[in-house]
Amino acid sequence: MNFDLRLPIGILFTVYGAILAVYGALTLGSDIYKKSLGTNINLIWGCVLLVFGLLMWIFAILGRRNK
Amino acid sequence: MDSNAINLTLIDYSILAVYILVVIGIGFALRRNMKTADDFFLSGKSIPVWVTGLAFLSANLGAQEVIGMAASGAKYGIMTSHFYWVGAIPAMIFLAIFMMPFYYGSKARSVPEYLKLRFDEKTRGLNAIAFAVMTVASSGASLHALAALMHLLLKWDYNVSLIASSIVVLAYVLKGGLSSAIYTEVLQFFLIVLGFAPLVIIGLNDLGGWTGMMSKLPETYAHSWKYMGTTANPMGVEWFGMVFGLGFVLSFGYWCTDFLVVQRAMAAKNMGDARRTPIIGAIPKMAFPIIVIVPGMIALALMSKTGSTYHIPNGITGETDFNLVIPSLIAHYLPTGMLGLALTALMASFMSGMAGNVTAFNTVWTYDIYQSYIAKGKSDSHYMWMGKFATVAGILISIGFAYVAKNVNNIMDFLQLVFGFVNAPVFATFLLGMFWKRTTGHGAFFGLLGGTLAAVVFHGLSSPSILAAGETIPWIKGAWIGAHFSFTSSMAQNFWLAIVAWSVCFVLTILVSFATARTKSDEELKGLVYSLTPKIREENEPIWMRPAIVGGLVLMVALILNIIFW
Repeated sequence: MNFDLRLPIGILFTVYGAILAVYGALTLGSDIYKKSLGTNINLIWGCVLLVFGLLMWIFAILGRRNK
Repeated sequence: MDSNAINLTLIDYSILAVYILVVIGIGFALRRNMKTADDFFLSGKSIPVWVTGLAFLSANLGAQEVIGMAASGAKYGIMTSHFYWVGAIPAMIFLAIFMMPFYYGSKARSVPEYLKLRFDEKTRGLNAIAFAVMTVASSGASLHALAALMHLLLKWDYNVSLIASSIVVLAYVLKGGLSSAIYTEVLQFFLIVLGFAPLVIIGLNDLGGWTGMMSKLPETYAHSWKYMGTTANPMGVEWFGMVFGLGFVLSFGYWCTDFLVVQRAMAAKNMGDARRTPIIGAIPKMAFPIIVIVPGMIALALMSKTGSTYHIPNGITGETDFNLVIPSLIAHYLPTGMLGLALTALMASFMSGMAGNVTAFNTVWTYDIYQSYIAKGKSDSHYMWMGKFATVAGILISIGFAYVAKNVNNIMDFLQLVFGFVNAPVFATFLLGMFWKRTTGHGAFFGLLGGTLAAVVFHGLSSPSILAAGETIPWIKGAWIGAHFSFTSSMAQNFWLAIVAWSVCFVLTILVSFATARTKSDEELKGLVYSLTPKIREENEPIWMRPAIVGGLVLMVALILNIIFW
C-alpha cells in the first residue's frame, strides 16, 4: 500500500502548530493567559507542534527516498 | 454564570474543522486501495508495524478510557495504575508471545473464526453474536457520551452532535474500511498525547510539582500497593482480587481475546510484525497514566489548594461527577487556541472509539454471521458490499443505542453487566483451546455457557457493600437472590465475579472435554494448538526484533514502575 501515514500526521500538526504559534504571537501578554498561569501556552506549544509536524514531514520524505 | 460552559472562538472551531478534514481526507486517499473484501476488512495485511502497534493501543483509547481513567485517578489515586501495570501490560505481552502465533498463523480472519477452526460452529456462533451486540452497544455508548458532553460543555444541540459525529465516522470508515480506522486511531493517539500534555504540565506547575501535588492528597493516594493488604484502601479491593481478578481474568480476557484490539495486530504484514504489534503498543501504554490518571489527581489536589476556586463539577444528579475531571480541567487551565486542540483531542477519542467498534462489528457480522449462516459462497464483491452495508447499519444501530442510553436509565449499566457475564469466562476457553489439545468443541461451548451462568448467579448472591438488616439495593447492583457474599466496593465484587466465572468455565471445560470425544484430529489442529504447532524460529532475527526478549524487557520496566510507586 503506497500510503504513508507520516504525511497526514505531518500536515495536521504543522497546520496546528502554525495556527497556535501565530495566534500566540498575536496575543502576547493578553489576559487570556491568566488561566495558564501567565504562560503563553499557545506560542510555546504551537512551536512544539510545529517541530513535531515538520519532523514527520522529514521522515516521510526520507522514507520515500529510501524506496 | 454556569461554570461548566466553555466558549469557543473561531480559532478553536478551525482546529476542530482541520481535524475533520484530515480524517475524511485519509478515508478518501485510501479509497483506491479498497479493491477486495480483504482490503476492506483486514487492510489487505499491509500496514506497517509502528502503525498497527499504536492503533492496538489507541483502539482502546476511546472516551470511556480517557474520561474513566481520569475519574478513577481522582477517586483512587495511583492505585488506578493497576489497570495498566498489572492489568494491560502483562496481557499484551502474553498475547504477543504466546497467542498471536495462533491467531495470525491460523489464517483466521477474526477471533470468532479462530474458535470455529479450533472448536466448532456453535462456539463460534455464541462468541460472534455476543461480540456483535457488544460492539454496537459500546459504539452507541461512545456516541451518547460525546453528544451529552458537547451539550453540557458547549451547549451544542444533542441531536446535531450525535448525527454530525456519526456522519464523520461513517464517511471515513465507508471509504477506507479498517485501514481508515487504524490510521485515524494513530492520528488520535498523537492528538491525545499532544493535546493533554500541556494540561498535565500546567497543572503540576500550579500545584508546585509532583511533591506539591502529593502533599495535598491523602497518603493512600500516593501508593499503588502499600495499602493492598486489606480492603482498607480507596478501591476496597485486596491484592488477590486485584491480581487474579483484574490482572489475570479481566485484562487477559480483554486484551487477548477482544477482536477490537486483536484485529489491529491481524492487519500486520507478517507474523513477526503481528507479534510485535502488542509490544509496540505496550511501551507507550506504560507511560499513559501520566496523561490520563495524573489529571484526576491534579483535579483532586487542586480542590484543597488554598486560594483555588476549582472544584470537580456536579453532574445532572447534583453529585460530584468524576467523569467531568478532564473537561473541567481543560476549561480551567487552557486559553482559547489550546482549548480547541484539547477539545478536538477529546472528540477524536470518542469518534475513533466508535470507528474501532464499527470496523470490528462489520467484520464479525460479515464473515462470522452473514457468510457463515445467511449467505454462503457468494462473490467477493458481494461480501464487500455487505461490509459497507453493515457499516451503515452498525452506525444506525449505534445511534439507536445512544438514544436508548439517553432515555432509559441504567440501560448502559445493564449492558455493561451482561458483557461482564459474557467476557469474564472467555479467556479460560482460549487458554485451554490454545494450550491443551484434548479440549473439545462441546467442552468449550458448555464451559463458556456454564461460566456465564455462574457469573449471573454470583451477581445474584453478592452485594457491593455490607447491607444492614432489611436494607435493599437495586437489583442491578446484585443480591437479587440474597446477599450471601458482601464486598466493600463494586469493583471488588466485579473482580470476584470474574474470578468465579473464569474458574467455573475452566473446570467445566476440562470436565466436559474428558467426557466427550475429540472431533478434530491432530492434523486439523496444526497451527491452532501450542503442542501441535512448529515453534517459531527467531534466532536469526536481531535481538530488538524478538518478541520474547523485548516483551520480557517491557515486563521488567512494568515491575520497576510498580516498585517505584509501591
